[in-house]
Amino acid sequence: MSEIVLLRGGVVVDALGERRADVVVVDGTIVAVGPDAAAGRSGTVLDCDGAYVMPGFVDLFTGVGEPADPTAETIATATRAAALAGCTAIVVAVDHADPLDGPAKLHHLRALATDAACAVVPAAALTLGAAGERLVPMAELAALGVRIFGDPHGVEDPTVLRRAMAYAADLGVTVALDPVDPLLAAGGHMHEGAWSSLLGIAGIPAEAEELGVGRALALALRTGVRLHLRHLSTAASIGMVTAARRAGLALTADVTAAHAVLVDGDCADFDPAYKVAPPLRPGADRAAIAEAVRAGAVDALASGHVPVPAIAKDVPFAEAAPGGAMLPFSTSLAFDPIGCSPTGAVTVLADGPARIAGIDERHGGPLLEGRAGNIVVFDPNATWTVGGSAHPSLTDSTPLVGRTLRGRARHTLVDGIAVVIDAEAQR
Amino acid sequence: MKHLLGVRGLDRTELTGLLDLTDSFRAVNARPIPKVPALQGRTVATLFFEDSTRTRLSFETAAKRLSADTLSFSVGTSSVKKGESLKDTARTIEAMGVDAIVVRHSASGAPWQLARWVDAAVVNGGDGWHEHPTQALLDAFTLRSRFGSLDGLRVAIVGDIAHSRVARSNVWALSTLGAEVTLVAPRTLLPPDTGTWPVRVVNDLDAVLPDVDVVYLLRMQFERQGAALVPSLAEYVARFGLTRRRADVLRPDAVVLHPGPMNQGVEIAPEVADDPRCLVLDQVANGVSVRMAVLFRLLGAGPVSDPGGSGDV
Repeated sequence: MSEIVLLRGGVVVDALGERRADVVVVDGTIVAVGPDAAAGRSGTVLDCDGAYVMPGFVDLFTGVGEPADPTAETIATATRAAALAGCTAIVVAVDHADPLDGPAKLHHLRALATDAACAVVPAAALTLGAAGERLVPMAELAALGVRIFGDPHGVEDPTVLRRAMAYAADLGVTVALDPVDPLLAAGGHMHEGAWSSLLGIAGIPAEAEELGVGRALALALRTGVRLHLRHLSTAASIGMVTAARRAGLALTADVTAAHAVLVDGDCADFDPAYKVAPPLRPGADRAAIAEAVRAGAVDALASGHVPVPAIAKDVPFAEAAPGGAMLPFSTSLAFDPIGCSPTGAVTVLADGPARIAGIDERHGGPLLEGRAGNIVVFDPNATWTVGGSAHPSLTDSTPLVGRTLRGRARHTLVDGIAVVIDAEAQR
Repeated sequence: MKHLLGVRGLDRTELTGLLDLTDSFRAVNARPIPKVPALQGRTVATLFFEDSTRTRLSFETAAKRLSADTLSFSVGTSSVKKGESLKDTARTIEAMGVDAIVVRHSASGAPWQLARWVDAAVVNGGDGWHEHPTQALLDAFTLRSRFGSLDGLRVAIVGDIAHSRVARSNVWALSTLGAEVTLVAPRTLLPPDTGTWPVRVVNDLDAVLPDVDVVYLLRMQFERQGAALVPSLAEYVARFGLTRRRADVLRPDAVVLHPGPMNQGVEIAPEVADDPRCLVLDQVANGVSVRMAVLFRLLGAGPVSDPGGSGDV
């Protein structure tokens, strides 16, 4: 018995543009795309009226917690939250407490992911234990399918980083870095500027990030490695990346939804929910980040989801853990208030991150016959409010609490199976 | 006024009201039996996550002179070192039935969070580098008592502004009350961005001394030289210490304030500390009256809830 899903009455949006079309998915594969393509067929009909039918979104570097800390978030809760946000795949961020640095942990992650609501893509550390000293068995992990390597807080020793990049370049895998100078950022809890001055909180200067970007670019240029810079947050960082790309560097970059929407002044009441890493920046940086997303100056808009248990936020700002739940909300933010066009949203939420994750054969890309049925039906006009029990992630703390969002995933198909129908998780 | 969390955001009427109330309590403190029944049956807890015997004693004395009961918690005697969150601690103390919590914490903003979690009135007894509102109120009161008014008063705040809650609270209190505030420090000891502050910023103490009415010296922490903020204490003294020679340049009616405890020989020379123009002991004495005014404003009922009320005690 075939599994047939009929996506009827929507507007297909992908890299080829926008067109009114039905999409027919049979046993995980798109078999027909066109006006009235669903007419006369039997199967599960999903109403797409007033909605965009898009390639499924891919979240880069979702913080999960499990296996190190399953109280913060598990693969099951993270992938359910992802599917509800319209994601058909997540790249699991390397956990700083228990970094994936060898085959055993890779197999463990894959075992945990067997019943996940969407595809789970592993990323591995660059060095053993993310300690910044010895390299992980990169070729062995690459042979097992890992395409992205990076330590959660970067690699402090430039000699180690340079060798890791050279080794990765041979293998054709991507090195992903958080661009930050750890010494300059040390001891800081928010962006250094007018607000940190008023609040008397030790700051993290923008230069801490910009030095990290400059160092990564300089090393990548000569090793020829595929470099990905995670979570850029300053206007100058965007400028450096844009210049490096013009110069022909094999470089990709992402920003997070929080940095495109929120500012350092949101910390004014000392609410640790607004403590994230990198820190929220002033309005001019926020505007530059949002513009980079709209203009495609960065390849991906990531959620920046970092689950933090409540107890780690029920403390003073300086003592609180950075992070918060973003995964359920970031894809909505891409449309409003960030203001991506529908095709622009496909670029930064689906095509770009799928390519970076090395999963573009099955995720992202145009909705054409023969391609995998990883699809989101996104209603740009649905409004909903953040908070309360509707929150699918295990983590309560989010800088978006109380906000009303516009735009929401209506249906999500993962390999042709409807895991979300009418904004309700099916598993 | 439900809490006293900071001076920033208080307007001139509110500040003047508190200073007027302080006047009344100073009169109480001059009596043979300096005690009034104003807060009888009320309980004031002091919750100090950072040692400060002086500030704690000042608050407890103020509470007792208002006939309130006092409870004292400190990191050494409570469970806050055992992994209990600030929220748990706050709720536990509130469950004991306190009406006000005076909190001192090394982390900026801790009193703000406390105020979100408890129904009791919260008084900021000093938070990190952020604010120390009762210190600024007692400083403003000391200056008003000496000069009659702060309008047009020229005040230089000298030293480690960046790490100073006293400096921040005083910037807001003194400027709101009409003073012209100048910050004097090397760039490394200034907050990174003071562009929106109602102050002038200079790095040459000698250039401002002849023209000021008030020199407010901040305590210089010894560890700052280890963090490359200043080359050495000797160089700091040479540029920013109120030496005997510099004190001679001051106008005859100028005064010197310091939040204490003083590092004599660093930010202030011993002979300057003993000079009658140095009002440190006035500051300490006024501290109790100011804290009585604050506790009474937050917990007392009656005519003084009118912001312009002038002390019907």
